[in-house]
Amino acid sequence: MQIVTPEFGLIFWQLVIFLTVLFLLAKFAWKPILLSLKEREDSIESALRMADQAKLEMQQLKAGNERLLTEARMERDKMMQEASQMANQLVETAKNKATEEGSRMIMQAREAIQNEKNAALTEVKNTAAKLSIDIAERILRRELADSGSQQQLVDSYLKDVKLN
Amino acid sequence: MKRLLIALFCILTLPVFANEPATAAEGSKDKAFNPGEMILHHIGDSHEWHWFSTDNGHFVAPLPIIAYRPGKGLSTFSSARLAEDQSYDGLKLEHEHLVSEDGSKVYDFSITKNAAALMGSGIILLLVFTAVARGYKKNHGKAPKGIQSFFEPIIIFIRDEVAKKSIGPKYERYMPYLLTVFFFIWFNNLLGLTPGAANLTGNIAVTFTLAILTLIITLASSNKYYWAHIFATPGVPKALLPIMSPVELIGIVVKPFSLMVRLFANITAGHIVILSFISLIFIFKTAALAPVSLAFGLFINVLELLVAILQAYIFTLLTAMYIGGAVEDHHDADLQMGYDDGSASTHVSH
Repeated sequence: MQIVTPEFGLIFWQLVIFLTVLFLLAKFAWKPILLSLKEREDSIESALRMADQAKLEMQQLKAGNERLLTEARMERDKMMQEASQMANQLVETAKNKATEEGSRMIMQAREAIQNEKNAALTEVKNTAAKLSIDIAERILRRELADSGSQQQLVDSYLKDVKLN
Repeated sequence: MKRLLIALFCILTLPVFANEPATAAEGSKDKAFNPGEMILHHIGDSHEWHWFSTDNGHFVAPLPIIAYRPGKGLSTFSSARLAEDQSYDGLKLEHEHLVSEDGSKVYDFSITKNAAALMGSGIILLLVFTAVARGYKKNHGKAPKGIQSFFEPIIIFIRDEVAKKSIGPKYERYMPYLLTVFFFIWFNNLLGLTPGAANLTGNIAVTFTLAILTLIITLASSNKYYWAHIFATPGVPKALLPIMSPVELIGIVVKPFSLMVRLFANITAGHIVILSFISLIFIFKTAALAPVSLAFGLFINVLELLVAILQAYIFTLLTAMYIGGAVEDHHDADLQMGYDDGSASTHVSH
Protein backbone atom coordinates (compact mmCIF):
# COMPACT_ATOMS: atom_id res chain seq x y z
CA MET A 1 0.00 0.00 0.00
CA GLN A 2 2.91 2.27 0.76
CA ILE A 3 3.95 2.62 -2.88
CA VAL A 4 0.58 3.96 -3.95
CA THR A 5 0.35 6.47 -1.12
CA PRO A 6 1.84 9.81 -2.13
CA GLU A 7 4.24 11.07 0.54
CA PHE A 8 3.54 14.61 1.60
CA GLY A 9 7.23 15.50 1.91
CA LEU A 10 8.10 14.29 -1.56
CA ILE A 11 5.16 16.16 -3.08
CA PHE A 12 6.50 19.29 -1.42
CA TRP A 13 10.04 18.78 -2.73
CA GLN A 14 8.81 17.73 -6.16
CA LEU A 15 6.70 20.88 -6.39
CA VAL A 16 9.50 23.17 -5.23
CA ILE A 17 12.25 21.59 -7.29
CA PHE A 18 10.21 21.01 -10.41
CA LEU A 19 8.89 24.56 -10.43
CA THR A 20 12.39 25.92 -9.83
CA VAL A 21 13.76 23.80 -12.65
CA LEU A 22 10.84 24.83 -14.85
CA PHE A 23 11.42 28.49 -14.11
CA LEU A 24 15.19 28.32 -14.61
CA LEU A 25 14.95 26.23 -17.77
CA ALA A 26 12.24 28.47 -19.19
CA LYS A 27 14.39 31.52 -18.59
CA PHE A 28 17.84 30.23 -19.42
CA ALA A 29 17.22 27.36 -21.80
CA TRP A 30 13.85 27.16 -23.52
CA LYS A 31 13.52 30.86 -24.25
CA PRO A 32 16.87 31.25 -26.04
CA ILE A 33 16.56 27.81 -27.70
CA LEU A 34 13.06 28.37 -29.06
CA LEU A 35 13.94 31.92 -30.05
CA SER A 36 17.02 30.78 -31.98
CA LEU A 37 15.09 27.97 -33.61
CA LYS A 38 12.41 30.39 -34.71
CA GLU A 39 14.99 32.90 -35.87
CA ARG A 40 16.76 30.26 -37.89
CA GLU A 41 13.54 28.99 -39.41
CA ASP A 42 12.52 32.52 -40.26
CA SER A 43 15.86 33.23 -41.87
CA ILE A 44 15.68 30.00 -43.87
CA GLU A 45 12.17 30.82 -44.93
CA SER A 46 13.05 34.35 -45.94
CA ALA A 47 16.10 33.08 -47.80
CA LEU A 48 13.93 30.63 -49.68
CA ARG A 49 11.40 33.32 -50.41
CA MET A 50 14.16 35.63 -51.62
CA ALA A 51 15.54 32.92 -53.85
CA ASP A 52 12.08 32.38 -55.28
CA GLN A 53 11.69 36.08 -55.83
CA ALA A 54 15.08 36.27 -57.50
CA LYS A 55 14.10 33.40 -59.74
CA LEU A 56 10.90 35.16 -60.62
CA GLU A 57 12.73 38.40 -61.31
CA MET A 58 15.23 36.54 -63.40
CA GLN A 59 12.41 34.99 -65.37
CA GLN A 60 10.79 38.37 -65.79
CA LEU A 61 14.10 39.83 -66.93
CA LYS A 62 14.57 37.00 -69.36
CA ALA A 63 11.05 37.38 -70.65
CA GLY A 64 11.62 41.12 -71.00
CA ASN A 65 14.81 40.54 -72.91
CA GLU A 66 13.11 38.08 -75.14
CA ARG A 67 10.26 40.47 -75.68
CA LEU A 68 12.70 43.22 -76.57
CA LEU A 69 14.51 40.91 -78.92
CA THR A 70 11.29 39.85 -80.58
CA GLU A 71 10.21 43.44 -80.87
CA ALA A 72 13.53 44.41 -82.40
CA ARG A 73 13.32 41.54 -84.79
CA MET A 74 9.80 42.50 -85.76
CA GLU A 75 10.88 46.11 -86.20
CA ARG A 76 13.71 45.04 -88.42
CA ASP A 77 11.43 42.81 -90.47
CA LYS A 78 8.96 45.62 -90.79
CA MET A 79 11.67 48.07 -91.83
CA MET A 80 13.06 45.68 -94.38
CA GLN A 81 9.63 44.99 -95.71
CA GLU A 82 8.90 48.66 -95.95
CA ALA A 83 12.21 49.34 -97.66
CA SER A 84 11.71 46.64 -100.21
CA GLN A 85 8.18 47.80 -100.76
CA MET A 86 9.39 51.33 -101.26
CA ALA A 87 12.10 50.18 -103.66
CA ASN A 88 9.61 48.13 -105.59
CA GLN A 89 7.30 51.08 -105.70
CA LEU A 90 10.12 53.32 -106.84
CA VAL A 91 11.14 50.92 -109.57
CA GLU A 92 7.53 50.52 -110.56
CA THR A 93 7.00 54.24 -110.74
CA ALA A 94 10.19 54.72 -112.66
CA LYS A 95 9.23 51.96 -115.03
CA ASN A 96 5.76 53.39 -115.50
CA LYS A 97 7.18 56.80 -116.05
CA ALA A 98 9.68 55.51 -118.54
CA THR A 99 7.01 53.55 -120.37
CA GLU A 100 4.78 56.56 -120.41
CA GLU A 101 7.56 58.79 -121.61
CA GLY A 102 8.50 56.25 -124.24
CA SER A 103 5.00 55.85 -125.49
CA ARG A 104 4.53 59.61 -125.47
CA MET A 105 7.72 60.06 -127.45
CA ILE A 106 6.69 57.35 -129.88
CA MET A 107 3.36 59.05 -130.27
CA GLN A 108 5.01 62.40 -130.88
CA ALA A 109 7.34 60.78 -133.35
CA ARG A 110 4.46 59.11 -135.05
CA GLU A 111 2.60 62.40 -135.17
CA ALA A 112 5.63 64.19 -136.54
CA ILE A 113 6.15 61.46 -139.07
CA GLN A 114 2.52 61.70 -140.09
CA ASN A 115 2.78 65.46 -140.39
CA GLU A 116 5.97 65.20 -142.39
CA LYS A 117 4.39 62.51 -144.55
CA ASN A 118 1.30 64.63 -145.09
CA ALA A 119 3.43 67.64 -145.92
CA ALA A 120 5.56 65.56 -148.21
CA LEU A 121 2.54 64.05 -149.86
CA THR A 122 0.98 67.50 -150.34
CA GLU A 123 4.19 68.75 -151.83
CA VAL A 124 4.41 65.69 -154.03
CA LYS A 125 0.80 66.22 -155.07
CA ASN A 126 1.36 69.89 -155.75
CA THR A 127 4.53 69.20 -157.64
CA ALA A 128 2.81 66.37 -159.53
CA ALA A 129 -0.12 68.64 -160.35
CA LYS A 130 2.16 71.46 -161.48
CA LEU A 131 4.18 69.06 -163.50
CA SER A 132 1.01 67.60 -165.03
CA ILE A 133 -0.30 71.03 -165.83
CA ASP A 134 3.07 71.99 -167.30
CA ILE A 135 3.19 68.84 -169.31
CA ALA A 136 -0.44 69.17 -170.29
CA GLU A 137 0.17 72.79 -171.28
CA ARG A 138 3.13 71.87 -173.38
CA ILE A 139 1.31 68.93 -174.93
CA LEU A 140 -1.78 70.99 -175.53
CA ARG A 141 0.35 73.75 -177.05
CA ARG A 142 1.95 71.29 -179.38
CA GLU A 143 -1.10 69.10 -180.15
CA LEU A 144 -3.65 71.79 -180.78
CA ALA A 145 -1.61 73.10 -183.61
CA ASP A 146 -3.01 70.23 -185.67
CA SER A 147 -6.91 70.07 -186.13
CA GLY A 148 -6.92 66.38 -186.82
CA SER A 149 -5.42 65.47 -183.59
CA GLN A 150 -7.82 67.82 -181.88
CA GLN A 151 -10.64 65.82 -183.31
CA GLN A 152 -9.01 62.60 -182.30
CA LEU A 153 -8.72 63.83 -178.80
CA VAL A 154 -12.32 64.89 -178.63
CA ASP A 155 -13.33 61.54 -179.92
CA SER A 156 -11.35 59.66 -177.33
CA TYR A 157 -12.98 61.77 -174.66
CA LEU A 158 -16.33 61.05 -175.97
CA LYS A 159 -15.51 57.37 -176.08
CA ASP A 160 -14.72 57.43 -172.51
CA VAL A 161 -17.91 59.27 -171.73
CA LYS A 162 -19.87 56.59 -173.53
CA LEU A 163 -18.25 53.87 -171.59
CA ASN A 164 -19.23 55.56 -168.44
CA MET B 1 28.03 -1.42 -30.52
CA LYS B 2 29.99 -4.22 -28.77
CA ARG B 3 31.28 -1.84 -26.16
CA LEU B 4 27.74 -0.60 -25.62
CA LEU B 5 26.53 -4.13 -25.07
CA ILE B 6 29.28 -4.81 -22.57
CA ALA B 7 28.45 -1.60 -20.76
CA LEU B 8 24.79 -2.55 -20.67
CA PHE B 9 25.70 -5.98 -19.41
CA CYS B 10 27.79 -4.50 -16.65
CA ILE B 11 24.98 -2.19 -15.66
CA LEU B 12 22.53 -5.05 -15.63
CA THR B 13 24.71 -7.25 -13.51
CA LEU B 14 25.26 -4.54 -10.91
CA PRO B 15 21.88 -4.99 -9.23
CA VAL B 16 22.72 -8.64 -8.89
CA PHE B 17 25.86 -7.86 -6.94
CA ALA B 18 23.93 -5.34 -4.96
CA ASN B 19 21.36 -7.91 -4.00
CA GLU B 20 23.68 -10.78 -3.36
CA PRO B 21 25.26 -9.61 -0.14
CA ALA B 22 21.91 -8.56 1.17
CA THR B 23 20.64 -12.07 0.87
CA ALA B 24 23.85 -13.40 2.32
CA ALA B 25 23.47 -11.06 5.26
CA GLU B 26 19.88 -12.02 5.68
CA GLY B 27 20.78 -15.67 5.24
CA SER B 28 23.27 -15.45 8.04
CA LYS B 29 20.48 -14.19 10.23
CA ASP B 30 18.56 -17.30 9.19
CA LYS B 31 15.99 -15.18 7.46
CA ALA B 32 14.63 -16.44 4.18
CA PHE B 33 15.05 -14.22 1.11
CA ASN B 34 11.84 -12.33 0.57
CA PRO B 35 11.71 -11.08 -3.01
CA GLY B 36 8.57 -9.01 -2.44
CA GLU B 37 10.16 -7.12 0.40
CA MET B 38 13.40 -6.63 -1.52
CA ILE B 39 11.56 -5.35 -4.60
CA LEU B 40 9.37 -2.98 -2.65
CA HIS B 41 12.42 -1.70 -0.84
CA HIS B 42 14.08 -1.04 -4.20
CA ILE B 43 11.22 0.76 -5.83
CA GLY B 44 10.09 2.64 -2.74
CA ASP B 45 11.44 5.79 -1.18
CA SER B 46 13.88 5.73 1.68
CA HIS B 47 15.29 8.09 4.27
CA GLU B 48 18.80 6.91 3.50
CA TRP B 49 20.64 6.17 0.27
CA HIS B 50 21.53 2.53 0.41
CA TRP B 51 24.26 1.78 -2.13
CA PHE B 52 25.17 -1.80 -1.40
CA SER B 53 25.87 -4.16 1.47
CA THR B 54 28.68 -6.59 2.06
CA ASP B 55 29.40 -8.99 4.88
CA ASN B 56 31.21 -6.11 6.55
CA GLY B 57 28.08 -4.03 6.66
CA HIS B 58 25.88 -1.71 4.69
CA PHE B 59 27.21 1.09 2.55
CA VAL B 60 24.68 3.76 3.19
CA ALA B 61 24.71 7.48 2.51
CA PRO B 62 22.80 9.24 5.30
CA LEU B 63 20.35 11.91 4.19
CA PRO B 64 19.02 14.87 6.14
CA ILE B 65 15.81 14.35 8.09
CA ILE B 66 13.64 17.43 8.27
CA ALA B 67 10.55 17.01 10.40
CA TYR B 68 8.01 19.55 11.49
CA ARG B 69 5.86 18.84 14.50
CA PRO B 70 3.18 21.29 15.58
CA GLY B 71 4.22 22.58 18.97
CA LYS B 72 7.75 21.21 18.81
CA GLY B 73 8.80 23.04 15.67
CA LEU B 74 11.34 22.01 13.09
CA SER B 75 13.96 19.40 13.79
CA THR B 76 16.75 18.52 11.40
CA PHE B 77 19.35 15.79 11.80
CA SER B 78 21.11 13.09 9.85
CA SER B 79 19.26 9.92 9.02
CA ALA B 80 22.23 7.99 10.40
CA ARG B 81 20.79 8.65 13.85
CA LEU B 82 17.67 6.69 12.94
CA ALA B 83 19.54 3.71 11.49
CA GLU B 84 18.91 0.23 12.91
CA ASP B 85 15.53 1.25 14.41
CA GLN B 86 17.07 3.83 16.71
CA SER B 87 15.03 6.81 17.73
CA TYR B 88 16.20 10.38 17.97
CA ASP B 89 14.51 13.51 19.23
CA GLY B 90 11.34 11.53 19.77
CA LEU B 91 11.24 10.38 16.14
CA LYS B 92 11.75 6.96 14.63
CA LEU B 93 11.30 5.16 11.35
CA GLU B 94 8.56 2.61 10.97
CA HIS B 95 8.73 0.87 7.58
CA GLU B 96 10.47 3.91 6.09
CA HIS B 97 7.78 6.11 7.57
CA LEU B 98 8.79 8.84 9.98
CA VAL B 99 6.64 8.77 13.11
CA SER B 100 6.94 10.33 16.52
CA GLU B 101 7.21 8.03 19.50
CA ASP B 102 4.34 9.69 21.32
CA GLY B 103 2.07 9.28 18.33
CA SER B 104 1.69 12.99 17.57
CA LYS B 105 1.48 14.33 14.04
CA VAL B 106 4.74 14.66 12.08
CA TYR B 107 5.15 16.54 8.83
CA ASP B 108 8.02 14.84 7.10
CA PHE B 109 9.97 17.23 4.86
CA SER B 110 13.06 15.00 4.84
CA ILE B 111 15.38 14.99 1.90
CA THR B 112 14.64 11.36 1.12
CA LYS B 113 16.41 9.30 -1.48
CA ASN B 114 13.88 10.44 -4.06
CA ALA B 115 14.12 14.08 -3.05
CA ALA B 116 17.90 13.91 -3.31
CA ALA B 117 17.64 12.22 -6.72
CA LEU B 118 15.18 14.90 -7.70
CA MET B 119 17.69 17.61 -6.88
CA GLY B 120 20.38 15.72 -8.75
CA SER B 121 18.22 15.33 -11.84
CA GLY B 122 17.21 18.98 -11.62
CA ILE B 123 20.87 19.96 -11.69
CA ILE B 124 21.51 17.59 -14.61
CA LEU B 125 18.59 19.08 -16.52
CA LEU B 126 19.81 22.60 -15.87
CA LEU B 127 23.40 21.76 -16.86
CA VAL B 128 22.37 19.92 -20.03
CA PHE B 129 19.91 22.45 -21.33
CA THR B 130 21.87 25.56 -20.45
CA ALA B 131 24.68 23.87 -22.42
CA VAL B 132 22.25 23.40 -25.30
CA ALA B 133 21.20 27.04 -25.03
CA ARG B 134 24.86 28.10 -25.01
CA GLY B 135 25.29 26.14 -28.21
CA TYR B 136 22.67 28.34 -29.85
CA LYS B 137 24.47 31.46 -28.70
CA LYS B 138 27.85 30.14 -29.85
CA ASN B 139 26.72 28.74 -33.19
CA HIS B 140 24.37 31.60 -33.90
CA GLY B 141 23.22 31.40 -37.49
CA LYS B 142 25.20 28.21 -38.00
CA ALA B 143 24.38 24.54 -38.03
CA PRO B 144 23.86 22.95 -34.58
CA LYS B 145 26.80 21.14 -33.02
CA GLY B 146 27.38 18.48 -30.37
CA ILE B 147 24.82 18.23 -27.58
CA GLN B 148 22.80 20.95 -29.26
CA SER B 149 22.30 18.88 -32.39
CA PHE B 150 21.29 15.87 -30.28
CA PHE B 151 18.49 17.68 -28.47
CA GLU B 152 17.37 19.99 -31.26
CA PRO B 153 15.33 17.37 -33.18
CA ILE B 154 13.64 16.30 -29.94
CA ILE B 155 12.78 19.88 -29.02
CA ILE B 156 11.48 20.50 -32.54
CA PHE B 157 9.51 17.27 -32.38
CA ILE B 158 7.85 18.34 -29.13
CA ARG B 159 7.13 21.75 -30.61
CA ASP B 160 5.84 20.65 -34.02
CA GLU B 161 4.31 17.24 -33.42
CA VAL B 162 3.07 17.62 -29.87
CA ALA B 163 2.44 21.28 -29.05
CA LYS B 164 1.47 22.73 -32.42
CA LYS B 165 -0.76 19.82 -33.39
CA SER B 166 -2.49 19.41 -30.05
CA ILE B 167 -2.76 22.98 -28.79
CA GLY B 168 -2.92 24.99 -31.98
CA PRO B 169 -1.88 28.59 -32.49
CA LYS B 170 -1.56 29.35 -28.76
CA TYR B 171 1.07 26.65 -28.25
CA GLU B 172 3.98 28.97 -27.49
CA ARG B 173 2.85 29.78 -23.94
CA TYR B 174 2.90 26.10 -22.99
CA MET B 175 6.20 25.17 -24.61
CA PRO B 176 8.35 25.65 -21.46
CA TYR B 177 6.08 23.41 -19.40
CA LEU B 178 5.79 20.73 -22.08
CA LEU B 179 9.53 20.65 -22.72
CA THR B 180 10.37 20.60 -19.02
CA VAL B 181 7.86 17.82 -18.33
CA PHE B 182 9.10 15.77 -21.27
CA PHE B 183 12.78 15.99 -20.40
CA PHE B 184 12.14 15.72 -16.66
CA ILE B 185 10.26 12.45 -17.12
CA TRP B 186 12.63 11.08 -19.73
CA PHE B 187 15.80 11.88 -17.78
CA ASN B 188 14.37 10.56 -14.54
CA ASN B 189 13.09 7.41 -16.24
CA LEU B 190 16.61 6.79 -17.52
CA LEU B 191 18.20 7.71 -14.21
CA GLY B 192 15.75 5.35 -12.49
CA LEU B 193 17.15 2.50 -14.59
CA THR B 194 20.65 3.21 -13.33
CA PRO B 195 21.68 0.84 -10.54
CA GLY B 196 21.63 2.45 -7.14
CA ALA B 197 19.56 5.37 -8.31
CA ALA B 198 16.12 6.27 -7.03
CA ASN B 199 12.89 5.21 -8.71
CA LEU B 200 11.68 8.79 -9.01
CA THR B 201 9.16 8.67 -11.86
CA GLY B 202 7.87 5.41 -10.44
CA ASN B 203 6.92 7.23 -7.27
CA ILE B 204 3.31 8.23 -7.04
CA ALA B 205 4.04 11.48 -5.22
CA VAL B 206 6.12 12.67 -8.19
CA THR B 207 3.59 11.67 -10.84
CA PHE B 208 0.82 13.08 -8.64
CA THR B 209 2.53 16.47 -8.56
CA LEU B 210 3.11 16.48 -12.30
CA ALA B 211 -0.51 15.52 -12.94
CA ILE B 212 -1.73 18.24 -10.57
CA LEU B 213 0.39 20.80 -12.41
CA THR B 214 -1.15 19.68 -15.71
CA LEU B 215 -4.61 19.96 -14.16
CA ILE B 216 -3.90 23.47 -12.84
CA ILE B 217 -2.51 24.61 -16.21
CA THR B 218 -5.48 23.09 -18.05
CA LEU B 219 -8.01 24.76 -15.77
CA ALA B 220 -6.14 28.05 -15.73
CA SER B 221 -6.11 28.23 -19.51
CA SER B 222 -9.64 26.94 -20.06
CA ASN B 223 -12.04 29.17 -21.98
CA LYS B 224 -15.82 29.35 -22.10
CA TYR B 225 -16.05 26.70 -24.83
CA TYR B 226 -14.35 24.23 -22.52
CA TRP B 227 -16.90 24.80 -19.79
CA ALA B 228 -19.73 24.94 -22.28
CA HIS B 229 -18.60 21.55 -23.46
CA ILE B 230 -18.82 20.23 -19.92
CA PHE B 231 -22.12 21.77 -18.79
CA ALA B 232 -23.89 21.88 -22.15
CA THR B 233 -22.22 19.23 -24.24
CA PRO B 234 -23.00 19.96 -27.86
CA GLY B 235 -25.15 17.35 -29.55
CA VAL B 236 -26.47 15.93 -26.27
CA PRO B 237 -30.21 16.20 -25.55
CA LYS B 238 -31.08 18.55 -22.66
CA ALA B 239 -32.65 15.73 -20.68
CA LEU B 240 -29.35 13.87 -20.60
CA LEU B 241 -27.33 16.83 -19.34
CA PRO B 242 -27.92 16.09 -15.62
CA ILE B 243 -26.17 12.78 -16.25
CA MET B 244 -23.57 14.01 -18.72
CA SER B 245 -22.38 17.02 -16.77
CA PRO B 246 -21.26 15.08 -13.69
CA VAL B 247 -19.55 12.58 -15.98
CA GLU B 248 -17.72 15.38 -17.75
CA LEU B 249 -16.85 16.99 -14.43
CA ILE B 250 -15.40 13.71 -13.20
CA GLY B 251 -13.53 13.58 -16.50
CA ILE B 252 -11.62 16.73 -15.54
CA VAL B 253 -10.13 14.86 -12.59
CA VAL B 254 -9.86 11.51 -14.30
CA LYS B 255 -7.61 12.90 -17.04
CA PRO B 256 -4.76 13.91 -14.70
CA PHE B 257 -5.46 10.86 -12.55
CA SER B 258 -4.82 8.66 -15.58
CA LEU B 259 -1.61 10.60 -16.24
CA MET B 260 -0.49 9.98 -12.68
CA VAL B 261 -1.28 6.28 -12.66
CA ARG B 262 0.02 5.58 -16.17
CA LEU B 263 3.50 6.94 -15.56
CA PHE B 264 3.75 5.52 -12.05
CA ALA B 265 2.51 2.08 -13.05
CA ASN B 266 4.60 1.79 -16.20
CA ILE B 267 7.87 2.71 -14.54
CA THR B 268 7.23 0.79 -11.35
CA ALA B 269 6.10 -2.29 -13.26
CA GLY B 270 9.27 -2.24 -15.35
CA HIS B 271 11.40 -2.09 -12.23
CA ILE B 272 9.43 -4.86 -10.57
CA VAL B 273 9.81 -7.12 -13.61
CA ILE B 274 13.56 -6.60 -13.82
CA LEU B 275 14.00 -7.14 -10.08
CA SER B 276 11.79 -10.22 -10.22
CA PHE B 277 13.91 -11.81 -12.91
CA ILE B 278 17.01 -11.19 -10.88
CA SER B 279 15.31 -12.46 -7.73
CA LEU B 280 14.76 -15.79 -9.46
CA ILE B 281 18.44 -16.58 -8.90
CA PHE B 282 18.03 -16.15 -5.17
CA ILE B 283 14.67 -17.83 -4.97
CA PHE B 284 16.05 -20.96 -6.63
CA LYS B 285 19.41 -20.51 -4.87
CA THR B 286 21.38 -21.48 -7.93
CA ALA B 287 23.76 -19.54 -10.14
CA ALA B 288 22.77 -21.79 -13.04
CA LEU B 289 19.69 -19.69 -13.48
CA ALA B 290 21.75 -16.51 -13.81
CA PRO B 291 22.07 -16.59 -17.62
CA VAL B 292 18.30 -16.91 -17.99
CA SER B 293 17.64 -14.18 -15.47
CA LEU B 294 20.20 -11.93 -17.08
CA ALA B 295 18.88 -12.53 -20.58
CA PHE B 296 15.33 -11.70 -19.52
CA GLY B 297 16.54 -8.84 -17.37
CA LEU B 298 18.53 -7.43 -20.26
CA PHE B 299 15.55 -7.71 -22.56
CA ILE B 300 13.27 -5.92 -20.11
CA ASN B 301 15.92 -3.31 -19.41
CA VAL B 302 16.29 -2.49 -23.09
CA LEU B 303 12.52 -2.41 -23.31
CA GLU B 304 12.51 -0.02 -20.37
CA LEU B 305 14.86 2.29 -22.27
CA LEU B 306 12.14 2.52 -24.91
CA VAL B 307 9.39 2.86 -22.30
CA ALA B 308 11.38 5.67 -20.69
CA ILE B 309 11.06 7.93 -23.74
CA LEU B 310 7.65 6.56 -24.69
CA GLN B 311 6.10 7.43 -21.32
CA ALA B 312 7.69 10.86 -21.38
CA TYR B 313 6.20 11.37 -24.83
CA ILE B 314 2.77 10.08 -23.80
CA PHE B 315 2.65 12.26 -20.71
CA THR B 316 3.66 15.31 -22.73
CA LEU B 317 1.29 14.53 -25.59
CA LEU B 318 -1.70 13.99 -23.30
CA THR B 319 -0.86 17.13 -21.33
CA ALA B 320 -0.77 19.04 -24.61
CA MET B 321 -4.07 17.49 -25.67
CA TYR B 322 -5.77 18.42 -22.41
CA ILE B 323 -4.46 21.97 -22.70
CA GLY B 324 -5.48 21.98 -26.35
CA GLY B 325 -9.00 20.95 -25.37
CA ALA B 326 -9.14 23.78 -22.84
CA VAL B 327 -7.89 26.58 -25.09
CA GLU B 328 -9.69 25.48 -28.25
CA ASP B 329 -11.92 28.15 -29.74
CA HIS B 330 -14.26 26.18 -31.95
CA HIS B 331 -15.66 23.02 -30.66
CA ASP B 332 -16.02 21.22 -33.92
CA ALA B 333 -12.98 19.16 -33.01
CA ASP B 334 -15.32 16.88 -31.10
CA LEU B 335 -16.89 15.76 -34.30
CA GLN B 336 -13.66 15.20 -36.14
CA MET B 337 -11.31 13.56 -33.74
CA GLY B 338 -11.14 12.74 -30.09
CA TYR B 339 -9.56 15.59 -28.28
CA ASP B 340 -11.29 14.12 -25.27
CA ASP B 341 -9.56 11.87 -22.82
CA GLY B 342 -11.26 8.68 -23.90
CA SER B 343 -10.16 7.94 -27.42
CA ALA B 344 -6.84 9.72 -27.07
CA SER B 345 -5.70 7.93 -23.96
CA THR B 346 -6.89 4.51 -25.02
CA HIS B 347 -5.08 5.04 -28.27
CA VAL B 348 -1.70 5.76 -26.75
CA SER B 349 -1.87 4.20 -23.32
CA HIS B 350 0.29 1.28 -22.72
